Amino acid sequence: MTLKQVVNNVAEMPASKKAVVDIKKLSLTFQTADGPVYALSDVDLTIEEGDFVSFIGPSGCGKTTLLRVIADLEQATGGEISINGVTPHEAREKRAYGYVFQAPALLPWRSIERNVTLPLEIMEISKEERVKRAQEALKLVELNGFEKKFPWQLSGGMQQRASIARALSFDADLLLMDEPFGALDEIVRDHLNEQLLKLWARTNKTVAFVTHSIPEAVYLSSKIVVMSPRPGRIIDVIETDFPKDRTLDIRETPEFLEIAHRVREGLRAGHSNDE
Amino acid sequence: MSGQTGPVCVVLIAILVLWYVGAVFMNAPTQIDRYNRADQTWTTGQLIEDTLAQDRPILPAPHQVAVEMYHTIFAIKITSKRSLVYHSWVTLSSTLLGFGIGTLLGVLLAVGIVHVMTLEKSLMPWVISSQTIPILAIAPMIIVVLGAIGIKGLVPKAVISTYLCFFPVTISMVKGLRSPQVIQLDLMRTYNASKWQTFWQLRLPSAMPYLFASLKVAIAISLVGAIVGELPTGAQAGLGARLLAGSYYGQTIQIWSALLTAAFVAAILVVIVGWCERRVLARMGVKS
Repeated sequence: MTLKQVVNNVAEMPASKKAVVDIKKLSLTFQTADGPVYALSDVDLTIEEGDFVSFIGPSGCGKTTLLRVIADLEQATGGEISINGVTPHEAREKRAYGYVFQAPALLPWRSIERNVTLPLEIMEISKEERVKRAQEALKLVELNGFEKKFPWQLSGGMQQRASIARALSFDADLLLMDEPFGALDEIVRDHLNEQLLKLWARTNKTVAFVTHSIPEAVYLSSKIVVMSPRPGRIIDVIETDFPKDRTLDIRETPEFLEIAHRVREGLRAGHSNDE
Repeated sequence: MSGQTGPVCVVLIAILVLWYVGAVFMNAPTQIDRYNRADQTWTTGQLIEDTLAQDRPILPAPHQVAVEMYHTIFAIKITSKRSLVYHSWVTLSSTLLGFGIGTLLGVLLAVGIVHVMTLEKSLMPWVISSQTIPILAIAPMIIVVLGAIGIKGLVPKAVISTYLCFFPVTISMVKGLRSPQVIQLDLMRTYNASKWQTFWQLRLPSAMPYLFASLKVAIAISLVGAIVGELPTGAQAGLGARLLAGSYYGQTIQIWSALLTAAFVAAILVVIVGWCERRVLARMGVKS
């Protein structure tokens, strides 16, 4: 069922790349009152260091569940998964990843700066260091100057940027993002996509990014994972070779449209299998 | 505040008018009876005047209560047994002690209930059923039992206040400590935060609005508890004692002034809690 296709020449990639996330035959079944729900079935995937991997698919395809399994917020019921060579649970204990949720989930009683320092406080990092790192993280998302504001004083897009800064503050190498821009309008989303790309290019972090927008997935990713529902599974993995410093203009190029077309075809195939 | 002054005054005036009318009508029969026995002729104007100036009226007029309150609050030395300030302080001290203990107990119970599944199953039914017992029935028992083991005075009354006021605190705090969204709890989990860290950084701050809402109720019923606690002690001191003594001797004016004083004290306490609430929530960045 897993149809792996590689558009671009894999041999060009440096062979020494380390696998950050390694998933083999992973499955997850939720037991509900109405019987079992097969959220994930037979998922194989490797995310390498420095990858920007997008998960795309219709709702119920398990893309968020897969991200949550990587984050140890859900436990797989079958198969193997390792993060930096250890279990997701151990990886979470080592604070190996920063997670950005669909909603900003800022704590309303904390200023923006203190929201960003929250993980650092939990990790018991000294106060000067916390403030310093918050400054850096807020600069990365262009929110410097808003340290003392409370979340409600910021727009939705700024709040989501603050939540990204929070995920960046403790400098984990892996960034897990669950439809972070899903609730934002097109213009703000484009802007944040550009900023996120710059950030990725600058920090060389590994990013796993869940989305249901095809242009967003194609624009951002070095690898696009197309998923399909019931049971949630991977039906296509597409690698792209746009440069890291790509701009929004690439969306007009034939390569871009070709990949977008292939993603759309994959999604459509996934659906017709089902109905 | 300025926008509220008008409506508040209108309601206040309406209450005073109703009160005066009520006083005239309720006291008129005894007053007419008195005229008849004295074989006295009377006019309506005289009747109204006299019904508002009786010694032991069924319903004293507002100005009678006001005079009595002025006399017993401002004119008498506060150390006197007749001073309402003295009695208010007696009641207030046990109110505050009971409120303090009750709040602490309520919060601790809620923390336990939220964190330990067995506590929720074992404690919650007791917490709820504790409030189905009429306080008037259990108050004398508490006084008697504690008295028998040598605890008298302030503490038994405070225990009754505690008994009443821990309940709203527990119920609200359980709800408040559970109010963080799943996404916020997930966030703490991604940081591998301990239960304790999640409690201090997320659950407790989330519960603050719930806590203050319950504290306003708790402080008012704590005062009620203290007054109820003073009734079975043989009317030694406190607003409850003034109420009881007043009713023994038919001193309705004394009863009403004690009642109104209790209401004022309660109002002041609620206002103080409300002020603390605004201060705390403002520091927590709530937009006003």
